[in-house]
Amino acid sequence: MALGVKSRLILSRLAQALPALAGIVVVTFILTRALPGDPAAYFAGPAADARSIAQIREQLGLDRPLPVQFLSYVTDLLQGDLGRSISTGQPVAEALMQRLPASLELTLFALLLSALIAIPLGVAAARRPDSWVDQACRLLVTAGVSLPTFFTGLLLVYVFYFILGWAPPPLGRLDLIYLSPPQVTGFFTIDALLDRDFATFRAALAQLVLPAMTLALFTLAPIARMTRASMIQALGSEFIRTARASGLSERRIVYTYAFRNAMLPVVTTLGMVFSFMLGANVLVEKVFAWPGIGSFAVEALVVSDYAAVQGFVLAMAVLFVLLNLLIDVVYTLADPRVGMEG
Amino acid sequence: MSGSLLQVENLTVEFRTRNGIVRAVERVDLSVGRGETLAIVGESGSGKSVTSYAVMRILDSAGSIAQGSVMFSGIDVANADEDTMATLRGREISMVFQNPRLALNPIRKIGRQIEDVLIRHVQATHNNAKQKAIELLAKVRIARPEERYDAYPFELSGGMCQRVVIALALACKPRLLIADEPTTGLDVRTQKAVMDLIVELVAEQGMSMILITHDLGLAAAYCERVIVMEKGRVVEAASAASVFKDPQEPYTKRLVRATPRPGVSLRDLLPDPEIPYAAQTPRTESVEGQPLLEVRDLVKSFAPAQSASLLSRFMNKSVAEPARSVDGISFTLAKGETLGLVGESGCGKSTTSAMIMRLLDPTSGSIFFAGRDIGAIPARSFARDADRARLQLVFQDPTDSLNPRFTAARAIADPLYRLGGVTRADEARTAVEEIAKMVGLPHDLLDRFPHQLSGGQKARVGIARAMVLRPDLVVLDEPTAALDVSVQAIVLNLLADLRAELGMSYLFVSHDLQVVRMLCDRALVMRAGRIVEEGSAAAVLEDPQHAYTRELVSAIPHPPL
Repeated sequence: MALGVKSRLILSRLAQALPALAGIVVVTFILTRALPGDPAAYFAGPAADARSIAQIREQLGLDRPLPVQFLSYVTDLLQGDLGRSISTGQPVAEALMQRLPASLELTLFALLLSALIAIPLGVAAARRPDSWVDQACRLLVTAGVSLPTFFTGLLLVYVFYFILGWAPPPLGRLDLIYLSPPQVTGFFTIDALLDRDFATFRAALAQLVLPAMTLALFTLAPIARMTRASMIQALGSEFIRTARASGLSERRIVYTYAFRNAMLPVVTTLGMVFSFMLGANVLVEKVFAWPGIGSFAVEALVVSDYAAVQGFVLAMAVLFVLLNLLIDVVYTLADPRVGMEG
Repeated sequence: MSGSLLQVENLTVEFRTRNGIVRAVERVDLSVGRGETLAIVGESGSGKSVTSYAVMRILDSAGSIAQGSVMFSGIDVANADEDTMATLRGREISMVFQNPRLALNPIRKIGRQIEDVLIRHVQATHNNAKQKAIELLAKVRIARPEERYDAYPFELSGGMCQRVVIALALACKPRLLIADEPTTGLDVRTQKAVMDLIVELVAEQGMSMILITHDLGLAAAYCERVIVMEKGRVVEAASAASVFKDPQEPYTKRLVRATPRPGVSLRDLLPDPEIPYAAQTPRTESVEGQPLLEVRDLVKSFAPAQSASLLSRFMNKSVAEPARSVDGISFTLAKGETLGLVGESGCGKSTTSAMIMRLLDPTSGSIFFAGRDIGAIPARSFARDADRARLQLVFQDPTDSLNPRFTAARAIADPLYRLGGVTRADEARTAVEEIAKMVGLPHDLLDRFPHQLSGGQKARVGIARAMVLRPDLVVLDEPTAALDVSVQAIVLNLLADLRAELGMSYLFVSHDLQVVRMLCDRALVMRAGRIVEEGSAAAVLEDPQHAYTRELVSAIPHPPL
């Protein structure tokens, strides 16, 4: 019965996302059209005259009225066709499928790294507020969030590649001497492992470490601060006093009782940080020549590549919906109270 | 005292705060013998809870035992190491807390929480812990314990949660049980059931008990000896029988006096009863003419917990009967009359008052206010209705019902700006100062913010805010439930004086029958959305007719008088 309630909750969350997605389709269409810049002029090249630009505009279908363009866009969309990028000539769906895994791999790895450092740090800081651990935590996260990612990225490259020589050159996902592993998930590290090709795995991981560290440093702050705050609140709550008065061990009090309660807001923060990172790591992708979705979007935007921009925004929107759903599911599993009210 | 289990001598507890060191407990001596029950009584801030936390060494990190000794069965608690204390807690000394719902881990099954304690103190192994936890649940008389083992705290009532906390505390058969306000916030019948259960289990296992409470009546009814604390010090120690009959210290006398009890009037609660009592002059019975408020067949039903979406409503076709929170009640309230609305939590009394205040729309029935059916006006638009200013509400929690960013004067002036058509600040100020004088709020407190005021002062602000428009009807929703008895005495008298002075009617919602008897003319007893008894306030308490009312009256703690 309880599961029935929860699975229905998930279904309804999905249904609630549909109007949002429809809205995004409309808004991105209008916004891309409102952008200054003419894709036909760009496509025709600097030497083209007015007549050839008009011809290209006609070829691209941009001379038709906006509602007609919108209708054909939506019709294509419903058939799973995101259109073709005018700058590369590649279908947008294909480009996204190539680049999205690169961004996801980087972001997920960075998030994992960040959470592995920030959560224990936050817990340690919360157990002894204003102690040296707390001060050190505060210093680290403030520094992490104050330094821009392109700066920390360059600094890490300078130290670990240029001076120490520990890291491989910051040139994309895999050194040129290795072949990409056969695609299963699109994550090079995982695909290499699945292929039992450990040399490629190590090489992919080595490429991943520096950009992931750069991103992780930047995201330590929200995760560590939220962990600290919600852990302090949990440790100060009345059920912890009951647990102490019952003589439960410190480990049980801190981890089983306080930590599990404190994790609920942290899960939400993780979701927010993840979606923020995915869209905002363009600078990191540029510094490390990472063939991700962020740099793709910026390049498309610069040349008013309508189909590419629309495809990117839509892909991000779908990811957001799925991510929020995932957070809801985690929440429902972690907190028995969810789904009972409402 | 060689036979004593717990011996506290010269105990001083200090807290480090931003404003320096605060002594919460000062030079307290007390002892509890084996099998003895001791009550520590005091008002908020008296240090009674801090004393017990010091005994268990669970003071928060800012607090410490500055002086004195705590000996428990030969163990020096004040100087014991943390390992010894962790073994002692729950195993030898355990505690039952106020607010049972918050005292349990909200996301862990209650059965697992009991198991945690059993396993920690080696009272059970992983194999038989579940069975033992279920036995404990049965022992605290939780029906269907096998099922309830899997329940989460939010699925249980307050009284039920308190039973779980008791099971937790008694799991390892400790020698001393400290019960810290175990029944505050519970209904009177639940209070009786919980206290009876605690006392019975304590006696059965030959345990000692310390009961910490603000309620002198409860203390005297359930304990052998009573210690009275004020501002961190013990002011009197006496047997339960003598503390009520023959209090020695001035503070105890004031406390006894302020405790609502049979056969006293409102004025008797005050420390100085010589003040002329306006409310004692017989009030004019204005039976002639139409009543100020007439409620006819009022019903409020809430749809059962709505499923999340339309989709699921289609999937789940069987629609449950809507629950009737208020189930067809009718009553009248005359001009100048005070009507008490009595009942336990969930009986529909708050829903009723919310409908009369037009914060909730009734499902059916009518509410005539001064001859006009205000029940027909949607709650949404009533805020702009001309009659809105004639109805005011005083809330239960004096702190939460004040905007923390408003000064007292601004809070009181709020209805003037919103409903009274006042726009000029000096005009509002005059009216505020006038009403502040009437409610006894000193002039210099008017520019303070809520956090700079005491509980009693905040209650006065709430009352002044309701009275500033000189309404015809004031709904008082448990206005003294969160206050200490001495403050309650003053606030109740203030309400009686204001009524006499301004000629208002009160609808007084309360769970405390003694308070209703003293303040109200008539009383209605509600149960499960219906009125089960109606009559003069004195008659309802002294000669209850309905079985339920009799049960309520008999559940009031009876101190030995």
